[in-house]
Amino acid sequence: MNATSDILSDIPAESHAAAPATISFGQRFYWSVRREVWENGSIYIAPAVVAGLILIGLLIAIAHFGLHKDSIDFAGGGANNHMRGVYDFPAMFLMVTSFVVAFFYCLDALYGERRDRSILFWKSLPVSDFASILAKMTIPVLIIPMVTFAITMVTQALILLLGGAVALGSGLPANALGLQDPLLPASVMLLYHLIIVHGLWFAPLYGWLLLVSAFAPRVPLLWAVLPPAGIVVVEKIAFNTTYFATMLKYRFNSGPGGAGTAAKSLHALSWHDAGIFLVSPGMLIGLVVAAAFLAGAMRLRRSHGPL
Amino acid sequence: MRVIEANGLGKTYGSTVALRGFNLSIDSGRILGLIGPNGAGKSTALNAILGLTSYQGSLKVLGRDPWTDRDRLMQDVCFIADVAVLPRWLRVSQALDFVAGVHPRFNRAKAEDYLARTNIRRKSRVRELSKGMVVQLHLALIMSIDARLLVLDEPTLGLDVLFRKQFYDSLLNDYFDGSRTILVTTHQVEEVQHVLTDLMFIDRGQIVLSSSMEALEQRYHEVMVLSPQLPAARALKPIQEREFFGRSVLLFDGVDRQQLLPLGDVRTPGIADLLVALVGNKIGSQATANPDFRGARA
Repeated sequence: MNATSDILSDIPAESHAAAPATISFGQRFYWSVRREVWENGSIYIAPAVVAGLILIGLLIAIAHFGLHKDSIDFAGGGANNHMRGVYDFPAMFLMVTSFVVAFFYCLDALYGERRDRSILFWKSLPVSDFASILAKMTIPVLIIPMVTFAITMVTQALILLLGGAVALGSGLPANALGLQDPLLPASVMLLYHLIIVHGLWFAPLYGWLLLVSAFAPRVPLLWAVLPPAGIVVVEKIAFNTTYFATMLKYRFNSGPGGAGTAAKSLHALSWHDAGIFLVSPGMLIGLVVAAAFLAGAMRLRRSHGPL
Repeated sequence: MRVIEANGLGKTYGSTVALRGFNLSIDSGRILGLIGPNGAGKSTALNAILGLTSYQGSLKVLGRDPWTDRDRLMQDVCFIADVAVLPRWLRVSQALDFVAGVHPRFNRAKAEDYLARTNIRRKSRVRELSKGMVVQLHLALIMSIDARLLVLDEPTLGLDVLFRKQFYDSLLNDYFDGSRTILVTTHQVEEVQHVLTDLMFIDRGQIVLSSSMEALEQRYHEVMVLSPQLPAARALKPIQEREFFGRSVLLFDGVDRQQLLPLGDVRTPGIADLLVALVGNKIGSQATANPDFRGARA
């Protein structure tokens, strides 16, 4: 008999019968999302930095040229559109920033935890692969669009205050920066655009990136880009067709008025169009494809250990 | 209560057999050491038990199939799969928050209490902690979970001897209570000798020895034999003979202690010596040109 046996008999067995508090799927999902935000500060830091740069740039522009010069009409619109660009430009710039953030977030989401072996820690806790993958998908689909929206709103409000203050100081009417624009509907449209286009319309892209992230033995960026590029090339050479390329182009350059021309469409988009877009075949097919990619990522996460 | 029951467990990677005909059954309240050379299949066995890999054969952990029922199983099973798997960006406070948020059996006060005895600050990130502190943090988290099975895969690899000692002391004094079960693999076998209640040697995917420590002490004896007694000792067919400071040390399997007492000092062999005798012979016979050194001496 060795030392352990004594300890074994000395300590009274703790009762395991005491029913532990149950933890719902929702709670586990919530904490999984929070853990993603903890790990990926760039989700809010990158757009905040870009917003700061925009404001600094605007300040310099105002100090340099004064308010009524065309030089601060970033969007380069006509006379009508003179000042609106001051709002739309930050919105567009922030959208591009958060798209880049979402892209690289997805690419690293499942690769990073395999590379640093921390997947072994996450898997030692009672959080299912389903909850983990769903939490990771929530970041580009919901969290990043909402963060982008919030930062855009703050930026636009600051521009408005700044513009108003400068206009008053120089004797111009306070609405020189376009106060006549109905700002609230535009904001709601921006939020809609961010979640529907940047979140849901691009969902198959995020799904693909997460799948690659779960699979890639190394350099996930190449695994993400080369296979689609390969399909395009092979299809062109073998069949002289461009269906796959057209499909990719449709996905990236489409949406309500096209994601590429986001800012303009924001003002043109009606609620009716928006509703139709949400249930359009393109959207629904995209969501199904995204779900298939996620299911694949889930299977891979279940059976693949650290690198 | 049977905690782990494996029958004919097998796993192959391509043409490599990692595990073959692996049988294991542990009751609650045991501390089992799974010992073997590198590549023996220890990690594969643990991964199967933890539901991290698929397998052939039958396996039940706490009555569940770990591969298909892993999510439920993880409420009752805890593991430290390796040193330093805590993500480097994680703050100590976040680790506590997260585990408290997702684990129904986590006792946060206990973890806080354990951390208070270390130099680990709540604000620190894992990357700012020393290797020993990371293990302390991981142990604080794991020990505060009221799990029924704890699996430790090389939990003290790369730690200095003070941390290793402290690790097993904490485990025994603050965690183990006779109703839990611990399964541990390690290469630092001497340090776990007095921790274990059961021992299992595994080599090339197969079990070489499986025994409780009491039975082991009954069965194996190590005798430091003086040269006049050597022929008599060899007649009892030792399974291994080695030189130790000019004296012969013979290891016997299943020879009665009373028979051995006249031959010299009789002791319980260390796990390491036993491992070398039972597993190392095969490896030694391949690696060194000394296939039968007992014969060579005689």
